[in-house]
Amino acid sequence: MSRKIAVQIDDLTVAYNYKPVLWDIDLSIPEGVLMAIVGPNGAGKSTLIKSILDIIKPIAGSVKIYGKPYKKQRALVAYVPQKGSVDWDFPTTAFDVVMMGTYGSLGWIKRPGQKEKKAALEALEKVGMLSFRNRQISQLSGGQQQRVFLARALVQNAAIYFMDEPFQGVDATTEKAIINILKALRKAGKTVIVVHHDLQTVPEYFDWVTFLNVKKIATGPVKDIFNDDNLTKTYGINYKVALNQHPSP
Amino acid sequence: MSSAQLEIQLIASLVAIACAIPGTFLVLRKMALITDAISHAILPGIVLGFFITEDLSSPLLILLAALSGVLTVILVEFIQKTKLVKEDTAIGLVFPVLFSIGVILIAQHANDVHLDVDAVLVGELAFAPFDRLLLYQTDMGPKALWIIGSILLITLGLLITFFKELKISTFDAGLAAALGLSPVVMHYGLMTIASITTVGAFDAVGAILVIAFMIAPAATAYLLTNDLKKMLFLAAILGVIAAISGYWLAHELDASIAGAITTVLGLIFLAVYLFAPQKGYFSVRYRQRQQRIEVSLLTFLLHLGNHTDNTSERHLQHLYEHINWQKVRAKSVVNLALKNNMIQIDQDIISLTEKGHSFTKEAIDYIVTNKNAEIENMKDRFFLFRG
Repeated sequence: MSRKIAVQIDDLTVAYNYKPVLWDIDLSIPEGVLMAIVGPNGAGKSTLIKSILDIIKPIAGSVKIYGKPYKKQRALVAYVPQKGSVDWDFPTTAFDVVMMGTYGSLGWIKRPGQKEKKAALEALEKVGMLSFRNRQISQLSGGQQQRVFLARALVQNAAIYFMDEPFQGVDATTEKAIINILKALRKAGKTVIVVHHDLQTVPEYFDWVTFLNVKKIATGPVKDIFNDDNLTKTYGINYKVALNQHPSP
Repeated sequence: MSSAQLEIQLIASLVAIACAIPGTFLVLRKMALITDAISHAILPGIVLGFFITEDLSSPLLILLAALSGVLTVILVEFIQKTKLVKEDTAIGLVFPVLFSIGVILIAQHANDVHLDVDAVLVGELAFAPFDRLLLYQTDMGPKALWIIGSILLITLGLLITFFKELKISTFDAGLAAALGLSPVVMHYGLMTIASITTVGAFDAVGAILVIAFMIAPAATAYLLTNDLKKMLFLAAILGVIAAISGYWLAHELDASIAGAITTVLGLIFLAVYLFAPQKGYFSVRYRQRQQRIEVSLLTFLLHLGNHTDNTSERHLQHLYEHINWQKVRAKSVVNLALKNNMIQIDQDIISLTEKGHSFTKEAIDYIVTNKNAEIENMKDRFFLFRG
């Protein structure tokens, strides 16, 4: 079985002030997987996503999206940053935040028109937030804010979705709703890559997993590699503590 | 009203609008302090520009001085990136040094020209109409009006062209970068505009009023609206209102115009801070009180639900004595529950109605499954506060 490679990473090294955060990462992500990136705090999970998306410049290595550099493949990629990375008191509505997902395909200066508005409304509908479209974003609950972020990625209609901790601080209903949408994306042939904290839910939610702790520990199908051996290598001897840990709100 | 009076008000109003636009974005980016730095650090640029052009209103001087504003931002960021000091410390380190270099340059070489430290700090709006722009011997109006008018037009043009890019890079720089809408270009573009506006306005209104015009109207507008376009519009309007009423206040008091305008800006902010409908001090206090009552209501309903077979636990008096609430609070909680048909009272014994039972049960289920989540959705469905 030979699958197309959606994301190919070779020898990626990222450092902050000469301290390596990611060290010599080689990683092939096949098309159509729903993959979790797991690892302890400070393992470089978010940094990995950010350097794939050209937000952080690596000091060495290369990233290819379907065989080409990211800069040429932006249209194929959607990104959901950590919810905490933006100011939710910003004066804007849920609808407007989703509209921002269309800015990439519009490019510089061009303004969104009817087509973009329609796409944004559809995306809001998919995440069950249509009736909240005119709410100011600070008046949404944590789970609703995360749904808006997800809708913003859906509106990009990409082939690959990167999500940085989409389940952080959301209620149980939203978590179920989000994972259903991610599974639907995979069914539609999309590749979904999720930074994930809750080890307990990995086998239930994902079919592919990458263990990361500065270096890549292992990557592959959950049923083959999600085992004591790799968990110990990633989290240390006390990984069982991590397994029982719930993501902090 | 004389034409000079009209011109002064017009200049002040244009400065207000020109400042409100970059000011709104600076406030949203939590970079208000950088305007303070820019407005002081442009002094050496102005002095050097003056040596070259010998004309305080030359466009070249404005560009040179704006460059030193951008240099300030770069220096601050450079120091901050070393992680040895925090951002506010870096700002405090950079601009006094640059400002002092400007002061020394003036003292050494420019003592005999119209360029002194006082003028840079407070400006003198009252004199602005005397400096006229002459074109082929024809009076084209005050120079300051032309300078700030051109800057305003450029700023407005850029705002309309790059509104989408400015918005996304301000709200979510990470996504903007991933989408290829360079937030770095937007950042330095904004800094350049803020610097040019500051330089263009300093001669007429002075550095302090420029800071006030950039920050106060934007901060006030932020409390009044949840829409970025409305915030920009409101900030401009509030700036103009302060400019005109400040002028007449100064006229009445025979005081500095810049001082009066700044005072009016402060007073407007104070009034809005206290009385703004959503984010104002009093309405926030009112909402907090409602939330306290809501939590009490839930506690109260849970208590009733837990003691369906024990009437003494459900006696009205028990509420006052045992649950440790003040009478006022207990009364408002009971009234709220009654109004929503959650409870009925029979001879001072309270019991849950059908609706009260189902609400309490749902609330418990919701809290148990969602741990820390708020019960926002449920409140909407049960119309707790909408009578």
